[in-house]
Amino acid sequence: MSLAALPILVPLAAGALSVAFWRSVAAQRAIALAGTLILLFVSILLMQQVHSEGFVVLHMGGWQAPLGITLAVDMLGAIMVLLTGITGLAIALFSLGDTPERHEKFGYYPLMHLLLAGVAGSFVTGDIFNLYVWFEVMLIASFALLTLGGERAQMEGAIKYVTLNLFSSAIFLSAVGILYGLVGTLNMADIAQKLGQVEDTGMVNVVAVMFMVAFGIKASAFPLFFWLPASYHTPLVGVSALFAGLLTKVGVYSLFRMFTVVFDHDVAYTHTILLWVAALTMLSGVLGAAAQFEFRRILSFHIISQIGYMILGLALYTPLAIIGGVFYIMHHIIVKTTLFLVSGVTYRLTGTHELSELGGFYRERPMLSVLFLIPAFSLAGMPPLSGFFAKLIVIRAGIEAEAWTVTAVALLVGLLTLYSMVKIWAEVFWKARPEAEDGVQRPEPRTEGLVWMYVAITGLAACTIFIGLNGQPIYNLAEVAAEQLMQPQGYIDAVLEGRP
Amino acid sequence: MNESNTLILRTAALFLMPLQLLFSVFLLLRGHDEPGGGFIAGLVASGAVVLFLFSYGVREARSLLRVDPRDLLAAGLLFGLASVFPALLVGDPLMTAQWWYLPMPGGGTLKLSTPLIFDIGVYLTVVGAILTMVFALSQAESDA
Repeated sequence: MSLAALPILVPLAAGALSVAFWRSVAAQRAIALAGTLILLFVSILLMQQVHSEGFVVLHMGGWQAPLGITLAVDMLGAIMVLLTGITGLAIALFSLGDTPERHEKFGYYPLMHLLLAGVAGSFVTGDIFNLYVWFEVMLIASFALLTLGGERAQMEGAIKYVTLNLFSSAIFLSAVGILYGLVGTLNMADIAQKLGQVEDTGMVNVVAVMFMVAFGIKASAFPLFFWLPASYHTPLVGVSALFAGLLTKVGVYSLFRMFTVVFDHDVAYTHTILLWVAALTMLSGVLGAAAQFEFRRILSFHIISQIGYMILGLALYTPLAIIGGVFYIMHHIIVKTTLFLVSGVTYRLTGTHELSELGGFYRERPMLSVLFLIPAFSLAGMPPLSGFFAKLIVIRAGIEAEAWTVTAVALLVGLLTLYSMVKIWAEVFWKARPEAEDGVQRPEPRTEGLVWMYVAITGLAACTIFIGLNGQPIYNLAEVAAEQLMQPQGYIDAVLEGRP
Repeated sequence: MNESNTLILRTAALFLMPLQLLFSVFLLLRGHDEPGGGFIAGLVASGAVVLFLFSYGVREARSLLRVDPRDLLAAGLLFGLASVFPALLVGDPLMTAQWWYLPMPGGGTLKLSTPLIFDIGVYLTVVGAILTMVFALSQAESDA
């Protein structure tokens, strides 16, 4: 039996159940934990199925491929769903400890499940219009989560976030429409097959660039990335960690999907644009981070620069580069979520995100310091952590492709990332905590629920080390994913098998 | 929303509301083959309750509804979810529409189906969502 629909159904069911139990916060918490645990379990099963069968395809409602909506999971999709499961569980654990009851009463958990359903749906669908629908599901859930609490800064961030994301959706939808006009189908595999016969290649390039812009905005790629640092530091830490880990990566995933399986007709044109986008995204992200002195804003700008590495992997378009890109996504989702969650703990203990007001954590909380150091060094690319292998593969691919400029940029950005992480380390953990002004007594930090937050962070940090120490098996997974992407005929055949 | 004091609206609301509710059920049931369906039927049904709210106030409307609109919303979501699974029981792919024909006394047949269950889910979700919003807004206004 095909398991492709389960990663969508599980969070949807959990979300509907938590709405049904809206009177009881305790029940919603239990459902949040159980739902994300089952999602993780299901995603592991799906990964196994993909690993043994190659492609897992499900024609919804029994309508065969080009006609109905088809769910099609390849290795890349399975990897992304697995990461969704891991991140979802970590966020649920963290939320148990950190979400104020006011947010829980206003539907925090149903929205979280809805967001996870949207993310998982984007990863399993094989239909371009269905992908658009899942994007909208995500956008609605994320908009509600972003504004939950209703503070002024949140509204300001949310307006930028929603405006640009709606703009991107409009471009996405127009591109789907034009594409449908060209090939008369919405199934990605069918589109890929029929695009080769379209004579008007100029038009195909226009559509390709429209998709590039739409997904580029979602992925926060240069030049339309500024909505991300404007909004990601405003909601609850659990919410920004969920966004940071998963949302932009849905954009990156869509770029990987569309610009390998579907738009591979004019690589010299499309992927050269992507190459420049990658270099500029890396640079602008890391330079933006250097100018910031707020914990979550620094991390937000680093999301952007890391997105650049992933797009670089796609843009080089060699098998090794795609492996690097996929590996980078795996590493990044886990590491970035961990870093945001660490900022949640420091915020809980001090009540501030400003680097200048933080300090002294190395002396007071050595354990937390280690939990920060692991993902921070991993992000900067220190061996033997996951980020080292991710960067190594991408840069190696860059050298082999003799793309000297972007490779140099990637190396430089790695160095500047280390600078940012050292800055956080020095300010938050190393330096003594500044005295409160005018001798005001600091309020005692609230420690209830802290253990849940530590459990989530420790689990994710263990994942980082696990990826670092098991580089080869993970590399093999990424290799399978890359092979399937570089030779899309397998995907196309699997989806269109048994067509009328 | 303060209740209206006009006699005409109050009297008319009492007559119109049952008609609107009946009409919404009619729309819901014919929706599979003809114009109608769960969404528009849900809008008509919530329109009926909102009309009552305009003439008698939010407290009366809440007690008329008996259940909290959020429960309707949740029930609708669960109905929608439930419509997905019957296909698995007979071995079809997920979401395949299932039809059951029940002969009725008097010669007719009652056609039941999973699309109908889904439509009922949509109906309840729409009613629940709209009434949650309208109740909250009019509550805020009458509290202010």
